[in-house]
Amino acid sequence: MHKFANPTQFMRIANAIYPWAAGLSMILFLIGVPIALVSSPADYQQGETVRILYLHVPAAVMMQMIYYGMAAGSAAYLIWRHPMANLVAKASAPMGAIFTALCLICGMLWGQPMWGTFWVWDARLTSTLIQFFIYLGYIALADAFEDPERGDRAAAILALVGVVNVPIIKFSVNWWNTLHQPASLSLTKSSMTGDMLLPLFLMMGAFGTFYIAVLVLRLRAELLSAKIRNARLSQVAVSEATAAAE
Amino acid sequence: MSVFSALLARDLKLALRQSADSMTVVAFFAIATVLFPFGIGPEANVLARIAGGVLWVTALLAALLSLDRLFTVDYEDGTLDQLVLSGAPLPMVVLAKVTAHWLTTGVPLIIMSPVLALTLHLPAQGYAPMMLALLLGTPTVSLVGAVGAALVLGTRRGGVLLSLLVLPLYIPVLIFGTASVEAVITGVETNGPLLILAGFAVLALTLCPWATAAALRQAVE
Repeated sequence: MHKFANPTQFMRIANAIYPWAAGLSMILFLIGVPIALVSSPADYQQGETVRILYLHVPAAVMMQMIYYGMAAGSAAYLIWRHPMANLVAKASAPMGAIFTALCLICGMLWGQPMWGTFWVWDARLTSTLIQFFIYLGYIALADAFEDPERGDRAAAILALVGVVNVPIIKFSVNWWNTLHQPASLSLTKSSMTGDMLLPLFLMMGAFGTFYIAVLVLRLRAELLSAKIRNARLSQVAVSEATAAAE
Repeated sequence: MSVFSALLARDLKLALRQSADSMTVVAFFAIATVLFPFGIGPEANVLARIAGGVLWVTALLAALLSLDRLFTVDYEDGTLDQLVLSGAPLPMVVLAKVTAHWLTTGVPLIIMSPVLALTLHLPAQGYAPMMLALLLGTPTVSLVGAVGAALVLGTRRGGVLLSLLVLPLYIPVLIFGTASVEAVITGVETNGPLLILAGFAVLALTLCPWATAAALRQAVE
């Protein structure tokens, strides 16, 4: 693992993954979107609105997965001072926030025709909203210090504190008797038909590979901006040294 | 344990000598609560319906305001560096400071709450569960708030950031705190929400001192 603390080593692998993730994501979107939006069957109860869920469910899955990844990265950063783990967590946070927003927006658009309201204060909706605020808090805290390293460490601690909320979202529909239905899909059994599962899996795969591809791009940008910062600092140091010499 | 009692005594003495600080928090609690009848209108049945929620929200905001000075003074005058360097177990130090914070802000809020409930026409049977809920909920508020207060030490815009970090984590306490008042008014068993609040308090007591200690350590490095 310590081998990958070196940004060059880490990016060598990340760059090798990038074209595969980006290409696979594009292919999965090109196959998945037409199936999800056109050729898959309409639900016998929900009608055509069921198609919204092919965006809603993968976004919700990404929201949770990204947060677990961020928490793991933050833990690795706090315990071993692993710089790349922190960079991955930091680069993931805005994407996590956007997937959470997408999940909430899709859910609201689906809720209006199905439940007759855009929003209910039910346990899962509320805890998802809390998750959104935790993402925003992480982004704000990481950016709030003069010294970027202090921001990194404070945000990492916050990520670990906020991890309490993720299982609450997951199990809220089982613990409380709420309007939001429990999961139709688990590792061992499924209450959905195959022609609905196919687009769901395609869209999940598309979202996941999309995240990996964008993550690599964001990591590149983060490393470049760190390089620019260092170059500027050394430039200032050099010009100050020459000014002092004169 | 001697570290705990010494720090607790110190913080309580400091709070007592600057008792205006605690009074300000209670005064904020009162004025914020009193705004609601003006905003919503004086009908007794409407106010009675929302009394539990209003008291909880204003109590949370009052506690949030007081969190600012939990570590800032010690951070600025260097006491915090001494505490971290002293070798005393830092979670214990945190626990002492949080206990002092709870005694000087949480307890005054609990004592003040029945008076304010009176102005909101809270039904008579609601007083006991409301105070019990505050008694069980405010320790969680102080403990979770301490994590946030330690994280924002040395930031450019501490206060606003603190509210963004801490308020989302207060929502569960708010939900079950309000639920225990509502339950008694609608005639349902109140034990459920109160037990969950007690569970939150135990969970916060076991986890928050360590998270706060980690945050303080990185703040003074």
